[in-house]
Amino acid sequence: MQLSREALLRAYRQMKIIREFEERLHVEIQTGEIAGFTHLYCGQEAVAVGVCEHLSVEDKIVSTHRGHGHCLAKGCDVNGMMAEIWGSREGLCKGKGGSMHIADVDQGMLGANGIVGAGSPIGVGAALAAKLDGKGSVAITFSGDGACNQGTTFEAMNLAVVTKAPCIFLFENNHYSEHTGFEYAVGTQRDIASRAEAFGMKVWRGDGTDFFSVHDTMREVLDYVRAGNGPAAVEFDTERFFGHFEGDPQRYRGPGELDRIREMRDCLKIFRANVTGAKLLTDADLDAVDKDALEAIENAVVAARAAARPTPADVLADVYIAY
Amino acid sequence: MAQMMYRDAVLSTIAEEMERDPNVVVLGEDVVGGMGTAGGPEAIGGIWSTSTGLFAKFGADRVIDTPISESAIMGAAAGLALAGKRPVAELMFADFIGVSLDQIWNQIAKFRYMFGGKTKCPAVIRMAYGAGYNAAAQHSQSVHQILTGMPGLKVVMPSTPGDVKGLLRQAIRDDDPVIFLEHKALYAMSGEVSDDPNFTIPFGHARLARAGEDVTIVSSGLLLGFCEVVADKLAAEGIGCDVIDLRTTSPLDEETILDSVEVTGRLVVVDEAPPRCGLAVDICALVARQAFASLRAPPQMVTPPHTPIPFARELESAYLPSTDKIEAAVRTALAWR
Ligand SMILES: Cc1ncc(C[n+]2csc(CCOP(=O)(O)OP(=O)(O)O)c2C)c(N)n1
Ligand SMILES: [Mg+2]
Repeated sequence: MQLSREALLRAYRQMKIIREFEERLHVEIQTGEIAGFTHLYCGQEAVAVGVCEHLSVEDKIVSTHRGHGHCLAKGCDVNGMMAEIWGSREGLCKGKGGSMHIADVDQGMLGANGIVGAGSPIGVGAALAAKLDGKGSVAITFSGDGACNQGTTFEAMNLAVVTKAPCIFLFENNHYSEHTGFEYAVGTQRDIASRAEAFGMKVWRGDGTDFFSVHDTMREVLDYVRAGNGPAAVEFDTERFFGHFEGDPQRYRGPGELDRIREMRDCLKIFRANVTGAKLLTDADLDAVDKDALEAIENAVVAARAAARPTPADVLADVYIAY
Repeated sequence: MAQMMYRDAVLSTIAEEMERDPNVVVLGEDVVGGMGTAGGPEAIGGIWSTSTGLFAKFGADRVIDTPISESAIMGAAAGLALAGKRPVAELMFADFIGVSLDQIWNQIAKFRYMFGGKTKCPAVIRMAYGAGYNAAAQHSQSVHQILTGMPGLKVVMPSTPGDVKGLLRQAIRDDDPVIFLEHKALYAMSGEVSDDPNFTIPFGHARLARAGEDVTIVSSGLLLGFCEVVADKLAAEGIGCDVIDLRTTSPLDEETILDSVEVTGRLVVVDEAPPRCGLAVDICALVARQAFASLRAPPQMVTPPHTPIPFARELESAYLPSTDKIEAAVRTALAWR
């Protein structure tokens, strides 16, 4: 299905915002100003955006430790997220959560998660709630090629099948879980979706570096799940451009691998080539979005730096009892 | 004696015990690191550098890199141990016991007693614990409070490289399951380490890190060093502190604590875990029950508050025990008769 000019520009802007957000964090983290562990989503933007462009606030997503892209794509406020990562009390979680725990339930974003594999069962619960509400909403759980090996993932898939929950198990295969290759850790080599199939789900596969592959695939998946057919699973092949966490020396990669994926498998370049090639948008259109996204991120960083810091008394805020 | 970092004391002890006993097997996530990648095995190794080189030396059957499956890792450790091996299983972060708790709590901890004493379960479960890195609520916790409360487990919390050597060797040779807690902020600490290949430290024997007659300070792990700093500062004012490093929270060296409090009459317990139902309360209760007549002040506890661990720098440092808070607690204890 042909997307409107507005829809194309919007999708590109979302991807570009995520890209600039992550590229900027990569630089800022090196100055030591940002605390904690940060896992960047750079390279995988087409997945988050290709999925979330189909969703309303009523639909829920459950994210991972690599959650910035999912959060931004689902509508979390850029400034609120940046302030959270800076540890400000004006952040989306008042500085209590940081990069790994960004959540905005009002946007249907049920949380990034520091525990690998914890998200899938939570997604099933959210899907069961949607089923009870009967309005055709769904829940989507994002997992990696590492998280797919957790027992929680298997239990969640079976529970979803048994209960016909409108849950979508979305696997982002970026080929690595920390320092380990998926060809070692995933016994069904090169294939996570087939596991979901074995649980009795209909499955789809797509190219996670191509926004249109993701977006078209997800239209089919969502039509199927919203129609009350029960859960489904999708696997997207994708790339992560930075280390597992910031500071990872990445010696597990092959020679030239990073240059090659940046050159050949960059979802933003692929999108640009597609839409300009088909004369849907011009380079000038996209350059204007680039400039706008860069400015939005610059503003978010300036605001995060200036935002109020938490005080020791805030430690005891939001508890039901203090000891 | 050799000079060595805490993390190298962990690694070298495992390597020596693997060399000595072919039944010792290591398993965990990224303990090889780089499996299934272009870089190949040990391209990076584990994130704490506590298993570097083991794979090259002992091979894939004895150094088992696992997928992200904590429940299966702990269950496999249980099975290996029941079948006569000595697994040394690694949890990358102590917080992940949540995923694997059944295998630790209902299985590993219970076999010996529940099977009528007919079996042993010599599993070592190592894990990196503790706060101080702004790693937030799910990557910073101190879990000894939960595990010490479980009958059937021995729980070890070394505070120096030298103690790592003696306690980890004891853990691997021990016929019972041992939880071995390594504080992340201590991995780079240097210290003297025995090079006697049979040096072990028996469990249940605390270490007197500082001696004094006015106040007893009890701690373990990272915070032990904070207590030493406070004791040294107060010593300059003529205030003497016994600083007791528990080394193991189960078994607990009750005698050393009680003997000290009988002299000082004042107790300060410093712990990184939350205050309710934890180690600090446990030791205060021990002293209240068994050294009541010696007490000259109410036992003091320095712990974080009863909240999850917050992310922001300002919040985490307000949350954690500090030398200032420890000093204030000592002075409070001294202000009584
Ligand atoms: C229960 C648990 N085990 C281990 C970890 C440590 N850890 C964090 S991310 C990660 C790798 C996850 O790989 P994958 O699911 O492929 O996601 P990716 O990092 O590639 O986005 C590991 C092992 C964790 N956070 N939680
Ligand atoms: Mg991955």
